[in-house]
Amino acid sequence: MTRHEARSGTFTASELLAINAARLMRDGQTVFAGIGVPLLAATLAQHHACPHLTILFEGGVIGPKIVAGELPPSTNEQRCTRRAAMVLPITDVLLLLQRGYVDLGFMGGAQIDRYGNLNSSYIGGAKTPKVRLPGTGGGNDISSLTNMIVAMKHEKRRFVEKVDFITSPGWIKGGDSRANSGLPQGGMWRVVTDLAVMGFDEETREMTVLALQAGITREKVQENTGFKLRFAEKLEIAEPPRKEELETLHHLDPERRYTA
Amino acid sequence: MTRELVTPYASLRAETLARDRGLREKVTTLEAAAGLVRDGEHVAIGGCHMSRTPIAMLWALMRAGRRDLVVSRSIASTESDLLLAAGTTKHIITSWFSQGLIWGVSKVMRHHMENGHARFEEWSHMSMGLRYRAGAMGIPFMPSRSMMGSDVAAELGADFKTIACPFTGERVVALPALNPDVALIHVQRCDAYGNAQIDGLQFMDIDLAMAAKRVILTTERIVSGDYIRRTPDQTRIPFITVEAVVEVPMGAAPHECYGTYEPFFGHMDEYAEITTKDPVKGMQDYLARYVYGPKSWTDMLTELGMDAVLDACRRGRSVYND
Repeated sequence: MTRHEARSGTFTASELLAINAARLMRDGQTVFAGIGVPLLAATLAQHHACPHLTILFEGGVIGPKIVAGELPPSTNEQRCTRRAAMVLPITDVLLLLQRGYVDLGFMGGAQIDRYGNLNSSYIGGAKTPKVRLPGTGGGNDISSLTNMIVAMKHEKRRFVEKVDFITSPGWIKGGDSRANSGLPQGGMWRVVTDLAVMGFDEETREMTVLALQAGITREKVQENTGFKLRFAEKLEIAEPPRKEELETLHHLDPERRYTA
Repeated sequence: MTRELVTPYASLRAETLARDRGLREKVTTLEAAAGLVRDGEHVAIGGCHMSRTPIAMLWALMRAGRRDLVVSRSIASTESDLLLAAGTTKHIITSWFSQGLIWGVSKVMRHHMENGHARFEEWSHMSMGLRYRAGAMGIPFMPSRSMMGSDVAAELGADFKTIACPFTGERVVALPALNPDVALIHVQRCDAYGNAQIDGLQFMDIDLAMAAKRVILTTERIVSGDYIRRTPDQTRIPFITVEAVVEVPMGAAPHECYGTYEPFFGHMDEYAEITTKDPVKGMQDYLARYVYGPKSWTDMLTELGMDAVLDACRRGRSVYND
């Protein structure tokens, strides 16, 4: 995985994603976090700017505090319940999304397109798949029902004009197509990659670069994207990882199970 | 075997009425419990992913040579790899299927699905849960608001339907109720009648028990009826739903059982390695060594190794250390 130089030393692409994603959270929010970088980012946010961030896990957990060095293998094991306020059935924690208690959903993705639709089911389509991926899990529910942050590696094969299969709907075909499909709430909000941070145009719902990672050019982002990106008029430069952010990540994941 | 998507209400009620629901002792063996599951039936697996998976019960079904089961689960992991490789099922209904993020995409699942040997019928996780809940509630469908606009819905064809809300006119999904023939659920403790107490994460197990036409419980330990009656607020599954109880210590190994043992991580790493190297031969070797080879469940645990058992137990109990 790419290693970037920073003033605080080196960090992995996954660490960069976790740090940038953590900065998008606001204190007091309720966040539905998937396994891996999302879980790490939410826990990192708790350790810094968002001590009152409430994490929800799909396995049926409200308000856990992950123990450093004991990261769970999925959001369904006992490690997810440490210091939690409540454990409840899976269906009921997912229903909090439908009821409207969740500010942000946060997950990874295998493939994303111009309108923020995610594919985690089939590479090469459903009829004759080249790769059968694990599927939606709660991804479809989260993306259907709340505002989403996605963290992924920025590669041309992952950022495609049209996903092979819409597992988790973003803005579908852009414009009002999401609401017209029966999804009046939520939608893809931010995409965080090792090259940039992106949002979506308010009207057309096309992916738009809001900030570049430090040392990355517009051209490099475009070169690694399979469709024509829009760029914000005031393009920002993301602040590189701070020493204390990296220290927290190393503390949480000393074996680099999520951040290798 | 063709089956209706939604069990007709009359037959659901009739089957329940026909069962002996009296307070009777139901303790039996793994082998006898496996005999309660018939080829071609829909078997719902309790727990989720790598947690409270009724591995010992599935192990007994594989050894008994059950075929053509339709299997459903909230999230499928290595237990479903095993069922595919053993020929126990060719149809898995779930929301997500792989060993786990840190081990990558299951090569066994990929082998079976990409070569058309089996079907992975995908519903969103909440939809799986609401399908079981509708089954548990005795209603034919549950309205919900996810899956619309996605190819997950499109791929389901006629099984995915939306309706107009009769009150607001909004379009909502009508998720078909799921009433499995059998639910297999592993718990920390229950009494001989099948009153089960679950520690920690409940997953979809309560709905599974209520939705299923019969429930087979495996349990870490059997406690007295008096024990249950002193703490009835902890009981999650009532005896009236339960058909059989089997006491199987470490019955979810090498997966986890909350507060008792964590996943056997070393074993799971090895499993990932051999199945990634060769999803066909690797699985055959694995099944021979851990499923068909051992003389008993205790023998299977011996194969996992005493060090591994103790390590998993130490980590498992650690949730109560704080």
